[in-house]
Amino acid sequence: MDAPNKQMPYFSALFSGYRTSKILVLSLFYAFFTLALHASEAEHTLEKGHENTHSEEKMDAGKLIMEHISDSHDWHLWGHTSIPLPVIVYTQSQGLLVFSSSRFNHGHDAYNGFKLNEKNQLVWENQANTEAIYDLSITKNVLAMFIAVLTLLIIMIAVARTYSRRPGQAPRGFVNIIEPLILFLRDDIAKSSIGPKYERYMSLILSIFFFIFVNNIFGLIPIFPGGANVTGNIAITMVLALVVFLTVNIIGNKYYWKHIFLPDVPKAMYIIIVPIEILGVILRPFVLMLRLFANITAGHIIILGFFSLIFIFGAMSPGLGYAVSPLSVAFTLFMSLLELLVAFLQAFVFTLLTAIYIGMAIEEHQHAEHH
Amino acid sequence: MELVTPAIGLVFWMLVTFSLLLFILKKFAWKPILTSMKEREESIEKSLQEAANARSEMQKLNQQNENLLAEARAEREIILKEAREIKEKIVSEAKNAADEEAKRLISRANDEISRQKNAALDELKKEVAQFSLQIAQKLVEKELENNDAQKALIADQLSKLDKQQKATS
Repeated sequence: MDAPNKQMPYFSALFSGYRTSKILVLSLFYAFFTLALHASEAEHTLEKGHENTHSEEKMDAGKLIMEHISDSHDWHLWGHTSIPLPVIVYTQSQGLLVFSSSRFNHGHDAYNGFKLNEKNQLVWENQANTEAIYDLSITKNVLAMFIAVLTLLIIMIAVARTYSRRPGQAPRGFVNIIEPLILFLRDDIAKSSIGPKYERYMSLILSIFFFIFVNNIFGLIPIFPGGANVTGNIAITMVLALVVFLTVNIIGNKYYWKHIFLPDVPKAMYIIIVPIEILGVILRPFVLMLRLFANITAGHIIILGFFSLIFIFGAMSPGLGYAVSPLSVAFTLFMSLLELLVAFLQAFVFTLLTAIYIGMAIEEHQHAEHH
Repeated sequence: MELVTPAIGLVFWMLVTFSLLLFILKKFAWKPILTSMKEREESIEKSLQEAANARSEMQKLNQQNENLLAEARAEREIILKEAREIKEKIVSEAKNAADEEAKRLISRANDEISRQKNAALDELKKEVAQFSLQIAQKLVEKELENNDAQKALIADQLSKLDKQQKATS
């Protein structure tokens, strides 16, 4: 197909536009980072100076960032306001328990023998207790995922209804946004990577793409329904990769398995090739999992890092904090725009690779010698 | 390390949510959307095909019309040519006939004239012979007794005259 040719102009245009301002932006980055480095050193000496005085107000960028990108049992809104979320926990001894996370009073209290540790994980209050805890709480990421999925469902069902209400007519309203994406996924990803049998896998491909895309976009919204690091959480990407892994290996035909266990190489090479191929089967979804997780998490860390700079400098002197803030905002804006691209690109890459793996699994080899 | 340790709760909820999402979207969104898209694409393709067919049909009809026109024109040309030929033939035939008739008439007239002329000459000869005879008779009555000798003389003179006339004409 001519899919790659079609995509090229967009990307090259993007990068040529990007290149012109690249040097400027990079040099600003460097200047900024060296400043930041000095600042954090200064902060360290400052910290050593008056230890433990007003530790509540102390700014710890690393902790703040980690808190933002990891899961939590309540949804922090601003200041000391947060939405308590339901805790659902199963243990052998206590059975299934459901209660509000407000019982923990932001990790200060213990409840039913449980407490939250400093990483916001549910643990036994008695540290000697080693009984397994199955924490099935509706955490921040779970709720954020529910909201994103619900939004996705509403949009897609509305689009589907528009289609069935206006059969054979020109697209209208929201369909105009969704249709190009679906067409792109169908023609340039599914059709060109999977081949003539693409229709069976369209549901999976579309669902994976839109799930990742919507969650990525929600992650970029800084206020309540967004801001959670859903697709940057290893559990989410692991399940997605698992779905791909299972799909690919269940639909794999005899050529797929022959390629792994009886490749077209001299028999003596099997001792090297076969383990590599088997490793490849596991590595492919593993890399899918890591790529999405790392990209989205890195994006969140960078954006939060830029914002934290304001407060790090502010801790040194308020004037410096104000002085730095425009630069910080500018870089955050730039990174947010880049993340917008990454949100699409990572969803696209994950979907494209899924389609390619499916295509590899069901490919019919009439010409085995071509390898 | 906690970042790369999948939490069991999240894995569980993700599995549930994603399975439901896959199921619901497949049934209520992707199927109708993809079907409608396909149908619309097919209908567009069909319409285009039909338009192309109609165009080629029209072209064919136009071609046919033109062919018919050209044929009619050619036929008219042939008919006109034939008519012209017939006309010319008729005219030339008539002219020939007239010419022949005229020639015939002229030759007949000429024959008549020559016949008349000969007759007249014969008459004249007879008359002249008569007159000469009468003159000679009178002369001879008066002067000559021998009639036969005179007649022979006169006939001799007349044949001389005849020869003379033929030589002049």
